[in-house]
Amino acid sequence: MTTPGDSAAEIWPLWEVFVRSNRGLSHVHVGSLHAPDETLAVRNARDLYTRRSEGVSVWVVPAAAITTSDPDAKGAFFESPAGKNYRHASYYSKSEGVKHL
Amino acid sequence: MTSTITPDTSATAVISVEEQQFNDLIEADSRIEPRDWMPEGYRKSLVRQISQHAHSEIIGMQPESNWITRAPSLKRKAILIAKVQDEAGHGLYLYSAAQTLGATRDDMTDALIAGKARYSSIFNYPTPSWADMGSIGWLVDGAAICNQVPLCRASYGPYGRAMVRICKEESFHQRQGFEILLELMAGTEEQRQMAQDSVNRWYWPALMMFGPPDDDSPNSAQSMAWKIKRHSNDELRQRFVNMLVPQAAVLGVTLPDPDLHFNEETQQWDLGEIDWTEFHEVLAGRGPNNAQRLQRRRDAHEDGRWVREAASAYARKQSERSEMAAS
Repeated sequence: MTTPGDSAAEIWPLWEVFVRSNRGLSHVHVGSLHAPDETLAVRNARDLYTRRSEGVSVWVVPAAAITTSDPDAKGAFFESPAGKNYRHASYYSKSEGVKHL
Repeated sequence: MTSTITPDTSATAVISVEEQQFNDLIEADSRIEPRDWMPEGYRKSLVRQISQHAHSEIIGMQPESNWITRAPSLKRKAILIAKVQDEAGHGLYLYSAAQTLGATRDDMTDALIAGKARYSSIFNYPTPSWADMGSIGWLVDGAAICNQVPLCRASYGPYGRAMVRICKEESFHQRQGFEILLELMAGTEEQRQMAQDSVNRWYWPALMMFGPPDDDSPNSAQSMAWKIKRHSNDELRQRFVNMLVPQAAVLGVTLPDPDLHFNEETQQWDLGEIDWTEFHEVLAGRGPNNAQRLQRRRDAHEDGRWVREAASAYARKQSERSEMAAS
């Protein structure tokens, strides 16, 4: 499957950028960029996505290395939890008013 | 009054499952993502809008970079550099968003430097005085924010997300511009005159940034149906002027529209006639600086060629070296 934004006409590969905004938090996807190699990808990501101290750590991943679920099958693929609302605490309403539950 | 309702035949036309899914997502005010099916018109319209927007950010660096070496203090110089750097960043966010639709960076760059792509006409006006740095921030970036805040909710996910980042940064741009004008207005008579003269030159072009009037805006209706655009050109222009009037009072500048007056009935500021001939002239490439802006962009692209080539060569050598080490 082709990666959105990737094309034979692009001379540099596409990288996805993830930024950890603070210690204790996950790296979150912030966007993408093109760069010739991983060293420059990290530097460009710093300049492009952390000009206002938005992060303490940056990951770059070649977009081509990411495997995604099939978009055409999204209904079926995520079907399993549907109708299983007993997996949520809010399903159990009889204990309403009881403290520390 | 009675009227006959023509049956809507389009509703009975057979549409594909994908198209129905797309319509449902738009209807539910959800977002379209890169791998989703989308109508060709939607894709084209987005590529056109996002790439024009990206080009505007890139060309938009020029009127201000002009003043970096002549900024009145080190502080102002640092601020101006940060702002111009932001604009480069905004261009990149937007080019990336357009690339998720299958447009390539090379094609977009080529279209720009060949003069085939459009960018906001506002950047074809000259910046002869320091006060123009103030007016650009206050009026041009102010108008841009007015336009861009609703775009954060655009139906295409990557565009909306890029706009969220951009809007956050634009508010610094607008405030620093306002402050430049405020300081000039608190200065000598000459400085006040410089500020007023600059506002006089930028006010109308800033109002034209919202695009032609609603009854002359061919793409608007479809863009609004697709929820790319959320408000009409005239609506946003009106909103902008309503915000400007009290801000102008704080600055002590006069907005150069003798017909501007408060309408008690609508509780809005009614503005005078806009000279759309000028807008179309600049759009057609006959503005004061069109040729110069494009020439500089072309030169910069040529001058940067060796950097792009060197980076590619270095990356190639590095990967060859690591392959050799692995074997």
